Amino acid sequence: MSVLLDVSGLERRFAGARGMGDMIARRPRPVVHALSGVSLQVQDGETLGIVGESGCGKSTLARCMVRLIEPDAGRIVFDGQDVLALDGPARRGFNRAVQMVFQDPYASLNPRKTVHATLAEALRVHRIVPEAGIAARVLELLDLVQLPASAAGRHPHEFSGGQRQRIGIARALSVQPRLIIADEPVSALDVSVQAQIVNLFMDLQRRLGLTLVFITHDLRLVRHMAHRVAVMYLGRVVETGPVAEIFAAPRHPYTQALLRAVPQMTPRELRGEPAVSGELPSPLAPPPGCAFHPRCPVAEARCARELPALERRGGGWPVACLRAGG
Amino acid sequence: MTLQVRDLRVVFQTKSGAIHAVDGVDLDVGAGEVVGLVGESGSGKSVTLRAIARLLHANATVSGGVSWRGADLLAMDEAAMRPIRGGQIGIVFQEPMAALNPVLPIGLQIDESLVAHTDLDRAARRRRALELLDQVGIAAGATRLGQYPHEFSGGMRQRAMIAIALAANPALLLADEPTTALDVTIQDQILRLLLRLKDELGMALLLVTHDLGVVAQTCEKVVVMYAGRVCEWGPTADVFARPNHAYTQALLRAMPGTGAMPGTGATAETLIPIPGMAPRLDAPSPGCAFTPRCTVSEPLCATARPPLVVEHARAFACHGRGRL
Repeated sequence: MSVLLDVSGLERRFAGARGMGDMIARRPRPVVHALSGVSLQVQDGETLGIVGESGCGKSTLARCMVRLIEPDAGRIVFDGQDVLALDGPARRGFNRAVQMVFQDPYASLNPRKTVHATLAEALRVHRIVPEAGIAARVLELLDLVQLPASAAGRHPHEFSGGQRQRIGIARALSVQPRLIIADEPVSALDVSVQAQIVNLFMDLQRRLGLTLVFITHDLRLVRHMAHRVAVMYLGRVVETGPVAEIFAAPRHPYTQALLRAVPQMTPRELRGEPAVSGELPSPLAPPPGCAFHPRCPVAEARCARELPALERRGGGWPVACLRAGG
Repeated sequence: MTLQVRDLRVVFQTKSGAIHAVDGVDLDVGAGEVVGLVGESGSGKSVTLRAIARLLHANATVSGGVSWRGADLLAMDEAAMRPIRGGQIGIVFQEPMAALNPVLPIGLQIDESLVAHTDLDRAARRRRALELLDQVGIAAGATRLGQYPHEFSGGMRQRAMIAIALAANPALLLADEPTTALDVTIQDQILRLLLRLKDELGMALLLVTHDLGVVAQTCEKVVVMYAGRVCEWGPTADVFARPNHAYTQALLRAMPGTGAMPGTGATAETLIPIPGMAPRLDAPSPGCAFTPRCTVSEPLCATARPPLVVEHARAFACHGRGRL
């Protein structure tokens, strides 16, 4: 397998809100460290799951990867091209090759446009098919996401949540992308409908050879549909590798805690100490050293000083923990 | 039996007609029991909880019986209800930021509950408030009492709301999706906290959730709802292992991570989704509400509503149980 998307050292900071008191005291605007050096690779044809809790930077990362947000530093290489240096026709080519599916399809679809108009627009802008072929291609796309042909003439509000997400997927597919980045695409859906969309993604991948980056907070979904996983904590990837191996034997203490905290379907009564104590530190002031050390059950003194690099450390996949492998 | 709900019905009058949100619900919560009320959006689980606590708006018509320690809550006047709601029955909501008063310090909000439901004097109330914060795992209680909800993180707000609910030593805690807005490691902390408090205080817990995993981890008994009706109830382990209702079975099959071989990544078995979508509640089905999406339905299912049959420790309302 070859690497389709290679992200290295990605950084992105946002200016935080400044209160009245801060302004009077002339304190500088706080800075949110959303991404603090993210590196990961997406292999051609695979599904990479990106998991993490709120504030870990997974959505910022998704937006950087499609260049909806420009990173402050780092490199993104797609199919051998330096993405951040692209402009003109090359940039448009990249925009076509990498598409995004959002969590809330209702917010990302134009409510005044029919499904046909939404899909036809993308086909026209990118000149995917000649004008005469647009209607037929729209029907093909609807069929691909298992919506009836009659859906073309209707507006987004006439559909249920699951159907709207199908429209969002059809729009992403309309420009024949190689890579789809899906940011929490099923989080707003009920379990029964969620399963329909998950199956659709897996089916599309098989039929079209799509590469998929699936961003979610739900580890059960990652285990179900991803080949490899990247676990994020406070703006960094702390562990990445094959799903089956990491779920069986996680190496980073945060991954271990996360997996212990996921509700299992085997009935048992939760007793004793929680999987991990404490809460996510503020991204306004990330702890020095390993960002997980204040909550880590096995942290040592050096963990508060040294920033662990994401390395193999004697195991089969990279992990950013000073204690791993030693 | 501590709480006994019989044939509970809630109808909302809206501009576009009557919505039958709860359509004949029976459920029991015994002393010290943890019962999960599970269902998807629109199943009526939260409305059931709010109807029990009599917290619904005026456009809701509630009928049926809610018996609490022998008294009918639905027949009570508001004055008689007040010592029960927030006193004997505590409530925790999904969104602590919406349920807490944003312009009052947390200490004052705990104090309000203590004033309403106990005879403690000012000094004793402060001691009790500190004790409550300690009980729910909020450190530096003396400082925290003076802080406002926006100064708390999501998990800490939920702890504060639990402290308020516990102030009057309730015998029953109603919790409406208490961990849905929280991250999974914080959810784990809050669920363990609720179970520990249940043990320490000997209270019963009715937990509304959409997450079958949360039910599996916390509830000895589960009640499954669909379209305002109870599909089945029973001990969680039994219901999950051998569902008696076609909807419960379908829901379990649609869940990722329930298969025999979890942990195999994208090579895992495909999920079995439930076809179609949730039913409309403005015109309840004369038969079983799940019929249009059911794979084992027969003609009878569309016309005759299956009764809730109680058998040993379990109950189910499905004509097709023999075909599951």
